[in-house]
Amino acid sequence: MSLYQLSKLLYVLNRDDEAKRQWREDPAALVDGFPLTGEERQAVLGHDIGLLYVLGVNGQILMHFAALCGIAWADYLRLMREGVQTYGPVRAGLYAMTTQFDERVAGI
Amino acid sequence: MTLVYTGICSHAPGITARADMADPALRDPFYAALERQRQEILATRPDALMIVAAEHFANFFMNSMPAYAIGMGDSYSGPIEDPDWLKIPPRIAKGDPDLGRRLVAEMLQTVDVSYCEEWQFDHGIIVPLHFLDPGNEMTIIPANINCQGPPLTPLHRAWAFGEAIRRAADSVPERIALVCTGGISHWPATPDSGKINEAWDRDFLDRWAANDRDRLLAYSDAETYRDAGQGGFEIRTFIAAAAAARGNGEVQFFAPIPIFAVGCTVGRMEII
Repeated sequence: MSLYQLSKLLYVLNRDDEAKRQWREDPAALVDGFPLTGEERQAVLGHDIGLLYVLGVNGQILMHFAALCGIAWADYLRLMREGVQTYGPVRAGLYAMTTQFDERVAGI
Repeated sequence: MTLVYTGICSHAPGITARADMADPALRDPFYAALERQRQEILATRPDALMIVAAEHFANFFMNSMPAYAIGMGDSYSGPIEDPDWLKIPPRIAKGDPDLGRRLVAEMLQTVDVSYCEEWQFDHGIIVPLHFLDPGNEMTIIPANINCQGPPLTPLHRAWAFGEAIRRAADSVPERIALVCTGGISHWPATPDSGKINEAWDRDFLDRWAANDRDRLLAYSDAETYRDAGQGGFEIRTFIAAAAAARGNGEVQFFAPIPIFAVGCTVGRMEII
């Protein structure tokens, strides 16, 4: 588990145009620059928002990664819920889910 | 006395990014309150606008996280988010390194702050600026309180930070307007986005409007997290406003707008 490195990767990707270019052209090379576990690496390369959320990535970073992957807001919220259903509760950090699976608190 | 204006407002990215998904009956009065805030700030003829924000891993990350930071750059770019996502066009905001340096120097008499000659504005600053300085004409002094990555600065230190802002603003000849921006209860960017504890928000705003220092500082972080979510940690910015202005606050607008993920707030404070 290297949540810090996973978060750092997404932080860099959110703010750095060169990293964004690399993400478009050769995402695996970009990701390999960070010491991630196999699960973390797969979550990023697979755009697995639900797993990234459960691993504990801060939502303020994750929502921009989701946008970068072309995921609309309603889908972003849904994918996090599905992640908790699939992988279990959030394992680290502050961004735990406190509502029920079928709640739609954003109204969408 | 050169602190000429103190106010608070929300900064959630949904305010612009998801504007078209909001009920106009809720959204438009909120936008109107922000426009009124813009006019009130302008009427005080400020030389610079200091924005105390709670940013979200745009400049400051867990590799090196300051509890407090002040900008003293020549200029600032933003938004750091995708402009098409945030629906705010890129801008280069004007800074004032000399003023920033003098403010920081005075604040350091009582609080320890980082200072930054580079700063990319994220939604925490650019959303308020989008409404309060749409023409990109003002000189901006950005400031930040870490409300994202624990350990967080204690509330009484946020109060001390606000006091230091006041003292620093009063020590310079420039006319300083202060806007402190944060959320009250909210669970942003989680599956709970849109959850708002309205009763908790109204109670907090009562404490804020009364400038009741003891009650503003009475929350533990565990209580805030339980009742107001991780977004509730941003009350630090509103607390700093109260410490800087010293007077009573007036909540000019408050309404939960779930698609914006926060109880949208605009207020001003009497400076005494």
